[in-house]
Amino acid sequence: MLNNLTIREAYEGLKKKKFTSVELTQACLDRIEERNSELNAFITVFAESALHEAHEADEMIARGEQKMLTGIPFAVKDAISTRDGRSTASAKILDNYVSAFDATVIGRIRAEGAVLIGKNNCDAFGHGASNENSMYGAVRNPHDLNKVSGGSSGGTAAAVADNMCIFGIGEDTGGSIRQPAAFCGIVGLRPSYGRNSRYGIMPMASSLDTVGPMTKTVEDTAILMQIMAGQDVLDATTVTDGVPDYVKGLKLRKTQPSLRGSFGGRGKIRIGVPKEYFEVEGMEDEVKQIIEEKIEEIKRPVLRSSGATEGKLKDCEIEIVSVSLPMTKYAIPVYYIVVPSEDSSNLGRMDGIRYGVRVGGKDLYETYSRSRAQGFPEEVKRRIMIGTYALSAGYYDAYYRKAQKVRTLIIRDFEKVFTEVDLLLTPTTPTAAFGVGEKKDDVLAMYLADVFAAPPAIAGLPAISIPVGNTSAGLPVGMQIIGPRMQEELVLRTAYSIFGK
Amino acid sequence: MKLTIKEIEQIATLARLELGEKEKQMYAEQLSVVLDYIGILDEVNTEGVPETCQVTGLTGVIREDVVIETDAVTREKMLKNFPDKFGQYLRVKAVFGENEE
Repeated sequence: MLNNLTIREAYEGLKKKKFTSVELTQACLDRIEERNSELNAFITVFAESALHEAHEADEMIARGEQKMLTGIPFAVKDAISTRDGRSTASAKILDNYVSAFDATVIGRIRAEGAVLIGKNNCDAFGHGASNENSMYGAVRNPHDLNKVSGGSSGGTAAAVADNMCIFGIGEDTGGSIRQPAAFCGIVGLRPSYGRNSRYGIMPMASSLDTVGPMTKTVEDTAILMQIMAGQDVLDATTVTDGVPDYVKGLKLRKTQPSLRGSFGGRGKIRIGVPKEYFEVEGMEDEVKQIIEEKIEEIKRPVLRSSGATEGKLKDCEIEIVSVSLPMTKYAIPVYYIVVPSEDSSNLGRMDGIRYGVRVGGKDLYETYSRSRAQGFPEEVKRRIMIGTYALSAGYYDAYYRKAQKVRTLIIRDFEKVFTEVDLLLTPTTPTAAFGVGEKKDDVLAMYLADVFAAPPAIAGLPAISIPVGNTSAGLPVGMQIIGPRMQEELVLRTAYSIFGK
Repeated sequence: MKLTIKEIEQIATLARLELGEKEKQMYAEQLSVVLDYIGILDEVNTEGVPETCQVTGLTGVIREDVVIETDAVTREKMLKNFPDKFGQYLRVKAVFGENEE
């Protein structure tokens, strides 16, 4: 089944002319046709234009002009602008909105020849951890239709996990790539803040937003980061640091200095396991157990056929130590001040004036307030209300300024721990995918789904989620690897060693 | 801390959100729960701690202020997104004074 392929496999197959891009694209479209009515992972499917793009890709391949992503179908979260079809962000206020341009990262991916197959359902404007805050219905988990996909990039996670596309692009403010990736059993990377251009990504919390790959393997994530990363004049927050060869980096040998950990001596990577990430209330025993077993497995030396004893991970010796991040419990409260505050400001542009759905009123004020009332779901309004309150006169110091100060302390926590270890290893989520409707009315319980994903986001750090096992009920469990700022290469290398592909 | 309906109405006015009576009640309760939870930050001593407003360390990112012409196709797409227009102009309710009907 062609739609089950990874980017690497699809690239090789197209190159060797084992199949065409039209066949590959049709296989994905067939899978969407078969499964989307159950999963609700797509809001828009570009059947016609995707096949047209695939046909063009086949001609390019025939002419010997194949690039890394030529003819490979991908799906994009609907809160990311694409010049074709609607970009609704899963909110009715943008029900008819067609972007005039591609987001920078999407433009870069399409320039490599990828075929845009559709736009994914998500929590409206990225607000949520279950995809139940979409005005186009919840996304179901491909492993169990009664469970949520996670969110906010839930549709993209479900589409990749269910092989409706070869790869996906999501957005992560406080866990929106990693948490659904963990729930659906795929790989999801939140890059360092500033690594990838946010131009064309509908803004949520401008000081935290990132855009990243959602894939079947770590190798595919490295391939995409290679293409997506780098400075963009249209996003002044992109960093000027050069983009390393992430793909080559995966297979570098331990003696190569660029991938040698700073600690533990030659070629060794020292990983810290923060104890606070295993002491959270409401954590499922089974999830904890799967993560702890995986850590033991990484630690255990194995006897190689050559007779030499070495770390489990090929060419990558790993030492694991226990560390402490005492500010962890303050991350979610900080997150739920900073994010709604920046949200309430950013979403000011959604007013039904220049684009989107305008609901008439007797004057401008009524036009704004009605368009927003009818175009936003409950959670979006809730966040705007919290943010407006936190930023209003008399409360700014008590909330936003206070949170920004605690944010500094959370960052210092990470900085301190990264003087002792190269990377951190944690569960991605405290539980496996929960039931549809289970947490919908419990605002705080829903917010706590990002308890492990939010801290690195607040600090602007890169973090990846990789699948490491399944619960007895067959639900995937994700492990998170967090690196120091701009250390995607080390994060990917280690994730590749642990996940094995 | 419990927010009153009057406070919720004031926030909603600032946020340009028309809320029904049921919604006001719901948000009064939920915002109070969230604000109580956020109150845990009071136990952190932040005296002398600077605020973090950004994490990249970039400063003074500037570029020339150059006009980039929009091509006809992009322009057409942008115009198409206008919810209400008069010729090629965006039409809105009067900002000052009365609306003509």
